[in-house]
Amino acid sequence: MLDKKELLKEQVIRASGVNPLKCMRCGKCSGTCPSYDEMEYHPHQFVYMVEMGDIETLMKSESVYKCLSCFACVERCPRGVEPAKIIEAVRLEAIRQKGNNHMTANDIPEKVNDDIPQQAIMSAMRKYSK
Amino acid sequence: MIKVSYFPGCTLRTKAKQLDLYARKCAEVLGVQLCEIEDWQCCGGVFVSNNDEIASKLSSVRALIAAKEEDRPLVTVCSACHNVIKQTNYQITNDESFRNRANLYLSQDKEKREPYSGETKVMHYFELLRDVVGFDKIKEKVVNPLTGRKIAAYYGCLLLRPGKVMAFDDPENPAIMEEFIRAIGAEPVIYPYRNECCGGYVALEDPESAKKKSNAVTNSAESHGAELAVTACPLCKYNLVQNGSNIPVVYFTELLAEALGVKEDTNA
Ligand code: SF4
Ligand code: SF4
Ligand code: SF4
Ligand code: SF4
Repeated sequence: MLDKKELLKEQVIRASGVNPLKCMRCGKCSGTCPSYDEMEYHPHQFVYMVEMGDIETLMKSESVYKCLSCFACVERCPRGVEPAKIIEAVRLEAIRQKGNNHMTANDIPEKVNDDIPQQAIMSAMRKYSK
Repeated sequence: MIKVSYFPGCTLRTKAKQLDLYARKCAEVLGVQLCEIEDWQCCGGVFVSNNDEIASKLSSVRALIAAKEEDRPLVTVCSACHNVIKQTNYQITNDESFRNRANLYLSQDKEKREPYSGETKVMHYFELLRDVVGFDKIKEKVVNPLTGRKIAAYYGCLLLRPGKVMAFDDPENPAIMEEFIRAIGAEPVIYPYRNECCGGYVALEDPESAKKKSNAVTNSAESHGAELAVTACPLCKYNLVQNGSNIPVVYFTELLAEALGVKEDTNA
């Protein structure tokens, strides 16, 4: 029987399609990440912590909501690890838990102004809620 | 007249009407008719990379099928729509399990159709200009060259990445927007932040974070001598302008319309 930790690790690896064992821990992904300063755990740490099965710590961190999905880390990783996909998979595990939406439709009115494009609202809802 | 299928996207219908209007007008001058697909649904703005995420990608698949049925490429103008639809097409072409599950969902739609497996070619409007019309032809059609204007091309992230999926241009050293700027008679300004992210949707949940990223982009463009920045993405434009860019930010279609003489001037 796999314990909860193992199950989560298996789910994140399967759903992201990322193999953390390919990572050589060069840190290039974190070096190029525009959200580095806002993150408690950085892209290379996501990869390593998923490999270690320490996923619940990541799920609880605000870091999962700071990623911009800009794919700079994916483009610039010398080993083709695709850290952004692993962050997305961890984030989805977090918001798929019942009642754990990071943002809901009720939060939107106070966050928008007359100029904000539709696209920002659509994207944010897709990124932060289930 | 070459006919292509066209997915305008919801932002182009609301906040970014200039992007849409001039895209159509300019295409006509260049001998291309943008045929809007019927009943398109919003693509959702971001591609969710998880391979177990199906439902949110179906609106893109429906748009791809609509273009396939007309046997035309599918053209988008908004960088975000383009990214979502191209990534969805890549996934349905290459991921058999996703393809089967998506087609299973779609088999419950009213219209009966053959399973879709990635046959449609997805093109951004820039690719249409480069690969179908040709920048030389655009040069010939220019009646009002933007001579002497120093323009910073802002690629952002979505047009270029992931590079192997988007196959739009060299993701680290792109040239297509600069070629476009030359074709309309202006002078492109190369600056280091042209393919870095403006912060995107984080503008909603953490505006300070988006401000930092956007300012890095516009300061970089301005310090390299640009008087104007050009984008294809409504969200880039919002972020750059909202966060106090010192230089105006306009849609590329506005500049094209100005050069082709179908618009008087940019409100720049
Ligand atoms: S850039 Fe790639 S190989 Fe280097 S630390 Fe990041 S994920 Fe690992
Ligand atoms: S995709 Fe996310 S983690 Fe990767 S570089 Fe962009 S913001 Fe950083
Ligand atoms: S990216 Fe945008 S504009 Fe394009 S359809 Fe999707 S949400 Fe709407
Ligand atoms: S809005 Fe920002 S996040 Fe989007 S393409 Fe533009 S640069 Fe990237």
